[in-house]
Amino acid sequence: MGELAGEKHAAYILKVEKKKDDLEAVITEHFRINGAYWGLTTLDILGKLEAVDQETVISWIMSCQHSSGGFGGNEGHDPHLLYTLSAIQILALFNKIETLDIDKVSSYIASLQNEDGSFSGDIWGEIDTRFSYVAICSLALIKRLDKINVENAVKYIISCKNLDGGFGCTPGAESHAGQIFCCIAALAITGSLHYVDKDLLGWWLCERQLESGGLNGRPEKLPDVCYSWWVLSSLIIIDRVHWIDKEKLVKFILDCQDTENGGISDRPDDAVDVFHTYFGVAGLSLLEYPGLKAIDPAYALPIDIINKIFLH
Amino acid sequence: MHGRPRKPSTPVDENASSLKANKIKSLQSQFLHYHHNKIYTEEALKINEKLIEANPEFMTAWNYRKLAFQDKVQALIDEELRVVENALRKNFKSYGAWHHRKWVVSKGNTSTEREIGLLNKFQQLDTRNFHAWNYRRSIAELKNIPDEKELKYTTDMIETNFSNYSAWHNRSVLLSHLMEKKVEGYLQKEIILKEEYEFVRNAVFTDPDDQSGWFYHLWLLDQTVKLDMPTLVSSWPPHGSDINQVTFPIILYFDEPVEGVSSHTVTVQTENDIFKNVTWNPLSTNKFKCAQAWMTHLSIPHEEVNSSKKVQVKVSSEMSDGIISLCGVTSSRPWSFGFTVSVCQNPQPAEGQNRRLSYADESFCIVDTNSNSAGLLTSYFESKTSDYEQSTSSKWKSEMIATEIDQYRDMLTWAESKKIGKLTLARLLTAYDAVMSTGAPDTANVEEVLQLYTELMKLDPAHNQYYKDEYSLALLKQVTSNKESLLKYCWQYKESTSSNITDSLCLRLNNLSLSRIGSFERLLWVQSLDLSHNELHSIEGLEALQLLSCLNLSHNKLSSFMALDPLRFLKSSLQVLDISYNEIGAHTIDTRRYLCSSPMSHTLDYDAKFEEFANGDANLVNFWDAYSIFGGLNLTQLDIVGNVAVDERFALFLAKLLPGLKWLDGEELN
Repeated sequence: MGELAGEKHAAYILKVEKKKDDLEAVITEHFRINGAYWGLTTLDILGKLEAVDQETVISWIMSCQHSSGGFGGNEGHDPHLLYTLSAIQILALFNKIETLDIDKVSSYIASLQNEDGSFSGDIWGEIDTRFSYVAICSLALIKRLDKINVENAVKYIISCKNLDGGFGCTPGAESHAGQIFCCIAALAITGSLHYVDKDLLGWWLCERQLESGGLNGRPEKLPDVCYSWWVLSSLIIIDRVHWIDKEKLVKFILDCQDTENGGISDRPDDAVDVFHTYFGVAGLSLLEYPGLKAIDPAYALPIDIINKIFLH
Repeated sequence: MHGRPRKPSTPVDENASSLKANKIKSLQSQFLHYHHNKIYTEEALKINEKLIEANPEFMTAWNYRKLAFQDKVQALIDEELRVVENALRKNFKSYGAWHHRKWVVSKGNTSTEREIGLLNKFQQLDTRNFHAWNYRRSIAELKNIPDEKELKYTTDMIETNFSNYSAWHNRSVLLSHLMEKKVEGYLQKEIILKEEYEFVRNAVFTDPDDQSGWFYHLWLLDQTVKLDMPTLVSSWPPHGSDINQVTFPIILYFDEPVEGVSSHTVTVQTENDIFKNVTWNPLSTNKFKCAQAWMTHLSIPHEEVNSSKKVQVKVSSEMSDGIISLCGVTSSRPWSFGFTVSVCQNPQPAEGQNRRLSYADESFCIVDTNSNSAGLLTSYFESKTSDYEQSTSSKWKSEMIATEIDQYRDMLTWAESKKIGKLTLARLLTAYDAVMSTGAPDTANVEEVLQLYTELMKLDPAHNQYYKDEYSLALLKQVTSNKESLLKYCWQYKESTSSNITDSLCLRLNNLSLSRIGSFERLLWVQSLDLSHNELHSIEGLEALQLLSCLNLSHNKLSSFMALDPLRFLKSSLQVLDISYNEIGAHTIDTRRYLCSSPMSHTLDYDAKFEEFANGDANLVNFWDAYSIFGGLNLTQLDIVGNVAVDERFALFLAKLLPGLKWLDGEELN
């Protein structure tokens, strides 16, 4: 099997970081802060985080903060939970969470919890279990989980559990690996995994692996490298990862690399992007591919960062 | 009219009055024209405004303003809906677009037909578009479209093309609601399940490799088998047994995790007395007081202990709304079990362990079936048909499963792709045994089940470990199904190292290629357990075995200290532990991390004392896990050699942590 072209991927990410005016950059400008999180975490897993100027990044992150305390996807954009998590995660990577006004950010996040325990992404009210994960993960990283009603948050997530053992965006919504990751990770962080039928969900998740070795996100769909994160981290959290063929998955991810120009794509020979590069490398870390920093499956940050935060 | 003084009108007055009258008359007639023709232009509204200023009591004018307002809102809504449709044409999976539509629809009147029409169009483009399905559900709720109608829609979708997981999923949601809400026509579970089994059979049999029907069938099977409420399935001491200790644990083992076990819901009493302050502890790591196994320690009071008489103890639950499952179902059937406690006149004090315990074959001999320990095992199995209220397995369950078994056996004769056929058959046979369990051993079909999983391991090698785990569970069911088969794996220690350890039987389940353990409800009596030379990476469930004093896990695949978390619950009993030759320290990713107590999952506070203990030793910082697990144990004998994480420094650390330790890796400590 091929090898991971770590140097090439690091170079690819640094190149993308610099390009701010081409079509790809412009069309993804509204969620650049997510892109920054994907790129920087990948660099850290590859052991190359020092290639980035910490101060420049942090100053730009802080410029994305809105008066409400939440963060937008880029400077001048409206705040939303999705971008707030990325901001916190990036600061955690650099060990600079203290840069934040913790009270302000935690109040913003807590203000978006609804009575039934669910979370709206922003003041406009879209509800989705992705936001439950984002809120819980954010608050846990800044040690302010006490600001929300955790019991209700858990209750809402459980109400989105389906009869196939998986989870959807809202109650009654179809199981989808991305939503499953969000719900499982949120339940993991809040010590609530006993609500999960691990055998039922584990079987649904392991059946995402196709002949090619790649994973899809739900039945009868195509494989995609990003599910190497969402399905895999869920399987690891519930201790059922041995139910898939790890070697075959490693091979699939490596086949999705552009070993000449760097970067990883959703499927072999497709166009690469930072999103899939991150999920491919993070997936390999979870599969214990040699030479990579270990990543935590619930917080989606390197384990040494998580240990620093929680074991002190 | 009020408050106007009576005085004759002057010609000036009359002129002004007549001018005003004409003006208002003109406004009124223009207004009524606009109103009747539903004209709401800026000009029309200005006319209306003038009229209202002149005559604020003109009710129709206010009504008109409301209609104009609604008309504006409708125009705004229609415009937004048009913009959303355009955006969706470009990307029909945009979260922002769908949410905006939902938001707009909540602002006023929209046509149900239009929304459903749009959704039907999207369904044709992509039957799996979950955004569209979610939106469909929200419209159904908003417009009160009945569940039955939506159920019919899923039927139509599936009949058009069975490979529509989204439709099957929605079907399962709707059917559950209809059954839960006890809607007319959905009251008889057996009839619904029968129809659904036939419906899904078409999907699975037409293309066995298409997963659309697999999970639906599994759900139907679960609906068939599951008990109507959480049930006590096992206990320690077993019903009808005799215990010869004054202090002992009582274990309650349910068929699923429950909350609410307390001295209010469970009564423990002797003939003379009710124990008032019994504390029941859930044997699980979460902080929500929810577990499948619960325990308490009971001490028979001094006054009751009398060498000539046995003390009768009864444990019962009468309350109908105390013990609840995770889905909120109450255990409302009463249950009870009873046992006796007989204590000899001068009980010998428990000796400390005076010799190192060995698990070598030579240390064991065949069980004397007349011994005390064999007696306990016997009473355990004899109690199976005891006072535990067993739910009456309705005949329809076994008949329904039997029909499915026949269908799948038949399918395997003609289908080219065998995977789902064999897997489903294995599950059906296991389910059949489970529903037939009253009295008879529930392993009539286990040989065939084991054979099927063996075949599946070869047929579908990517999922090999899944089938192996299922195989291991079935094997343990077989081993523990009755006294005779269990005794084949029980051994007696030849030499005594200490009465409380070697007087008991050792259950030796070594070298069985077990990748997973189960059947804990049948192992509550076990004091000495040998699981060495297997393939275990987890010991989840062992926490229920509250009598366990010796545990051998050497030569397995335990890959972190966290995997030993269940041992936290065995603090008071565990003395001898062997975890040598595992994989602790050999992995960068810990798959047990979130299923155990730790600060990351907010189920355990970080103990700052660890830092003092580690004495600033940089390496030792990695041993937080070990500190947290071993810290509470009272081991006398420990074997840990053969794990990457274990070196001299670690061994010293452990010796410091376990002051009562006498033997470490075979060496006697001073």
